[in-house]
Amino acid sequence: MSEEKKKGNLFELTKGIIKENPVLVTLLGMCPTLAVTTMASNGIGMGLATTFVLVCSNLAISLLKNVIPKAVRLPCFIVVIASFVTLIEFLMKGYLPELYDSLGLFLSLITVNCIILGRAEAFASKNGPVKSVLDGLGMGIGFTLALFLMGSIREIIGTGAWFGTELHLPVTMTVFIMPAGGFFTLGVIIAVINKLTAKKPPQEIGCACCPNAASCPSYNKEGGKSE
Amino acid sequence: MKAMLVILLSAMLADNFVLSKFMGICAFLGVSKKLDSAAGMGAAVTFVMVCATLVTYPIYTLILVPMGLTYLKTVAFILIIALFVQIVEMFLKKMVPPLYNALGVFLPLITTNCAVLGVTILNIDNSYTLGQSIVNSLGAGLGFTLALIIFSGVRQRVNASDCPAMFKGIPATLIAASIVSVSFMGFSGLFS
Repeated sequence: MSEEKKKGNLFELTKGIIKENPVLVTLLGMCPTLAVTTMASNGIGMGLATTFVLVCSNLAISLLKNVIPKAVRLPCFIVVIASFVTLIEFLMKGYLPELYDSLGLFLSLITVNCIILGRAEAFASKNGPVKSVLDGLGMGIGFTLALFLMGSIREIIGTGAWFGTELHLPVTMTVFIMPAGGFFTLGVIIAVINKLTAKKPPQEIGCACCPNAASCPSYNKEGGKSE
Repeated sequence: MKAMLVILLSAMLADNFVLSKFMGICAFLGVSKKLDSAAGMGAAVTFVMVCATLVTYPIYTLILVPMGLTYLKTVAFILIIALFVQIVEMFLKKMVPPLYNALGVFLPLITTNCAVLGVTILNIDNSYTLGQSIVNSLGAGLGFTLALIIFSGVRQRVNASDCPAMFKGIPATLIAASIVSVSFMGFSGLFS
């Protein structure tokens, strides 16, 4: 923590974009990443909605951190997050009804996106409001970029279009906009990142940031050893 | 009766929660390393899904709808699920220790499993009756269990195989999941 303090506010903003990218490096929030990225525009919409919730909930929780009792902090965090999710649902239904329809159920499910609860638990409940907002913004931008990348790849290969504009590709593979293509695209992107960064590939799904990690026996039992 | 069977089977196979709706991916990838933990997690999720539906459905129709508070369903449902998981954990620990020993370790994980919140909201969105909701939740839970059990078998073979270094670990697992998902695509259109 002291090391992070030295690096200042700019670091809090930029770390989430590449170095600690929530989807591609720490492997959190997989469900929306796979589910809504059939189109580039959906990816951006979902990313921005999540960013909004992330920034607001980080701000609220960092301001409330001294009021919330430690023992019941997780339910409190969930209520704060769910309230902001309801707010963005209203806003999107009013101003962007098409996007609202295409995101559907996954807009409500931002509530249980482990990135948001993870940042609340790991960062906002320990830091001040300015740093928490920057952290939320950075993580949100990183999440949006990852979703945009996934959505672009799947839309271009799957339908031969980008943001709805026809690209006149000779071959399209419909399987890419189907569920199977989502798993495949994410697998290949993570493999390419492993190759580019030449780092040891992650052996485990990122349970470490999960707010339940401490109380989860399967993480404590199996998370420690690598295969 | 036939309609119920269609809901059950399509929630289980054609619209499998993990492989075609992408809910509960964290649990799917995190707990599918061993067959017994996959089966335990699946049973715990199925149990909580059915019970959560039994609780959330009456609260939605009897309290939120008459008071015009339907927009609060996300907040209300997640609180009910969190509370409910706690109660189930305490109840099982005290009353049914064998079941607690089998499922207990998975219960804290379930609160943030989006499949549980997802199925309760989906029941409302599809305007199912209480009976249909329960059948749908049961089918979703069984489908989740099925996917976890099948994938734990696939995964043991994937982990033992020799793949390129950049694909080791998570990328190979995701691509294996993609192939399992293709096999579940075979069920689509079967019950429509």
